Amino acid sequence: MAQGWLQVAIFVLVVVALTRPLGAYMARVYTGQRVFLTPAVGWAERLTYRLLRVDPTSEQDWKAYARTLIVFSGLFWIALYLILRTQGIQPFNPAGFHSAPWDVSFNTTSSFITNTNWQYYGGETTLSYFAQMVGLTVQNFVSAGVGMAVAVAMIRGFVARSGGSLGNFWQDLVRSLYYILLPLSVVVALILVSQGVLQTLGHAFTLTTLEGANQTLALGPVASQIAIKQLGTNGGGFFNVNSAMPFENATQLSNFVEMLAIVLIPAALTYTYGRMVGAQRQGWAIFAAMLVLWVAFIAVIVPAEQHGTVAQHAAGLHTTAFDGSTGGNMEGKEQRFGIADSALWATTTTVTSNGSVNAAMESFTGLGGAVPMSGLAASEVIFGGVGTGLYSMLLFVLLAVFIGGLMVGRTPEYLGKKIQAREIKLVSLSVLYTPLAALLAAGLASATRLGTRSIFAGINPQGFSETLYAYLSQANNNGSAFAGYTGFIQPNAPGNVGAYGISFADLLGGAVMVTARFIPILLVLAVAGSLATKKVSPAGLGTMRTDNPTFVVLLIGVIVLVGALTFFPALLLGPIVQSLTTRLF
Amino acid sequence: MRKDLLNSLLAAIVLTVLFGLVYPLVMTGVSQVVFPGEANGSKVSVNGKVVGSSLIGQSFSRPAIGKNGKPKLDSEGKEILVPDRRYFQPRPSATGYSADVTSFSNLGPNSIEAREAVRRNLAAYVALEKPYDHSLTKGQVPVDAVTESASGVDPEISQANAWIQAHRIAAVRRLSPAKVDELVSQHTHGRFLGVLGEPGVDVLQLNIALDKEAPIK
Repeated sequence: MAQGWLQVAIFVLVVVALTRPLGAYMARVYTGQRVFLTPAVGWAERLTYRLLRVDPTSEQDWKAYARTLIVFSGLFWIALYLILRTQGIQPFNPAGFHSAPWDVSFNTTSSFITNTNWQYYGGETTLSYFAQMVGLTVQNFVSAGVGMAVAVAMIRGFVARSGGSLGNFWQDLVRSLYYILLPLSVVVALILVSQGVLQTLGHAFTLTTLEGANQTLALGPVASQIAIKQLGTNGGGFFNVNSAMPFENATQLSNFVEMLAIVLIPAALTYTYGRMVGAQRQGWAIFAAMLVLWVAFIAVIVPAEQHGTVAQHAAGLHTTAFDGSTGGNMEGKEQRFGIADSALWATTTTVTSNGSVNAAMESFTGLGGAVPMSGLAASEVIFGGVGTGLYSMLLFVLLAVFIGGLMVGRTPEYLGKKIQAREIKLVSLSVLYTPLAALLAAGLASATRLGTRSIFAGINPQGFSETLYAYLSQANNNGSAFAGYTGFIQPNAPGNVGAYGISFADLLGGAVMVTARFIPILLVLAVAGSLATKKVSPAGLGTMRTDNPTFVVLLIGVIVLVGALTFFPALLLGPIVQSLTTRLF
Repeated sequence: MRKDLLNSLLAAIVLTVLFGLVYPLVMTGVSQVVFPGEANGSKVSVNGKVVGSSLIGQSFSRPAIGKNGKPKLDSEGKEILVPDRRYFQPRPSATGYSADVTSFSNLGPNSIEAREAVRRNLAAYVALEKPYDHSLTKGQVPVDAVTESASGVDPEISQANAWIQAHRIAAVRRLSPAKVDELVSQHTHGRFLGVLGEPGVDVLQLNIALDKEAPIK
């Protein structure tokens, strides 16, 4: 246990230490200042604007910014769908896979365009190398870049001195991609390959084991995809078991780097925010609220997993640790990661919108499984997705300012801008849409025979947990899963022969992902646009401070309250029942 | 709107070429030159023949032989496999150590199926090891020995698991316990920098070393 806590502490400290340097770097990038990569990347940036025929200096108001973003994402949706539908005629397809069924492709397309990376398919048995690289890897970059652009646009809304401009979408996108995501991906990918993560276009390799049996090693261009899968808070694995697969996450070092890559950019963006609004303490206040919630979750999940499950105890297994054994719930966990690193990953991947896994989430203990679910229920604000985490958190900040303002009886102000009815309406809509979509979809899926077809565990609390998790994950654009839940039936035959999708789950999930991504984005841009036109009034004696511990506590309170009020009844029916009972079902 | 459409179309082409082809292909090229072994699956060879990957576990079991001297078959006509006593045994796998079709067991914390699976695994483990380690009780069986790994191809077992199995290996291979323990610790890797992750014993490498030390006739 002590060993486990030490690992957690080291990881948290490294995240805290890297927040400032990376955050400062990103602030320079987004404000167009020279950085050390400028000589290497500047020409490519300018060439890209020329090729795209865009003028990066033309300022966009929120409507123009939103229009460009929607057209851009819509076009990529169509392109990805076409790539997934035409696998049979693609190059780099050594296994000769045909396309998955249309409804699965619909779900997958919606999933990757929205930075969710929910996967109803198993990558190594469904997709060609071409589709993984040209389809999915591209989206891992682009959808992450879109999220970062929106965050930067929102920051400009706070910064703007009574003008309506939020910057230029193309410039924010290209800079996110070229100066931040691509260089970091190259570094992370090389570290991963050095540890044994695959990076090859070679054909799957069949060998004869020591016992004379055949074993086939699925290969592929894995590391390049995994680097951005982690950095872009995407989460979609090359292999079905994601980062539990040694070829995707080979060693303890690769595990550490992959975990760090999940949370690095979202954490650093809080610093970027403070720098760009010219009030570093505002950024740290947000960071502090995120950190407290994250650490609180970790403090629950590690002991829960160390305790072991009801089923294991009923079978007579002793789950205490002793010399040479980790003890704890090792069902669905890898020996090299043990309890602490699996639990730490599960928390980090769900509070951010990453969703990759290094252990089987469905096999977590009742309480241990409630933590990732609560991470999802907290609406992606605890670090959250790249960009999405910051802008979602800023919505909660506005909400907290509003509530705080009501409590002390003053007009709420944030960074000198008055928060008025229009902003609060937009903020409320945005904050409520995601939970609403998750709960409605989970309700619909639980109550109908169409929905229960997707359940693996049967009609019991675990089955409900699966369903709730599935729609929470898709609505929050996370992508992690209680992986028994499925929308794709793939028989044990090569090349997707005889495979079919469960249309209800595929379509409902796809619709949830698309609307829960783009409706909040539109609302966020609208809030930013509205703030951008406001004049800044100087802070007076009566202004509520938003950069001190009191405000951090208020902010945490609002986040917990909204999440708890919305999701507590649903969580009761699933994981909480499971952790309170010793019954098996 | 039309301007956005044109820009987006051009962006789709440029970004797809850059991130979908240039990035992964350059990374592939660099990896193949700098880390050729790791990038291609960390293959392990014995006498020039590839027998596995150092990162991917494999099963060490063989067909059960019936009284008539032929392999026993299950109800579907497939050979029944039993653990091979001559080798260290890996963790239970949901997929039979498949490295090309991976999946989780997805057994929940309150699942009857999970209880039954752990019960079966516990009984089988004790049945296999107790003849060689008389003091072994169910309470001493380490968790990793009876729970399925996440990947289904976990290459490692815990040290406690290896120490118990060492009794059997020493007896079957006619090696001194000290020699087996030495081989186990040679193929144990610690935590990264002494801190991160958990120690583990690499089963395939250890078994290869065993074959070298005390070849099977």
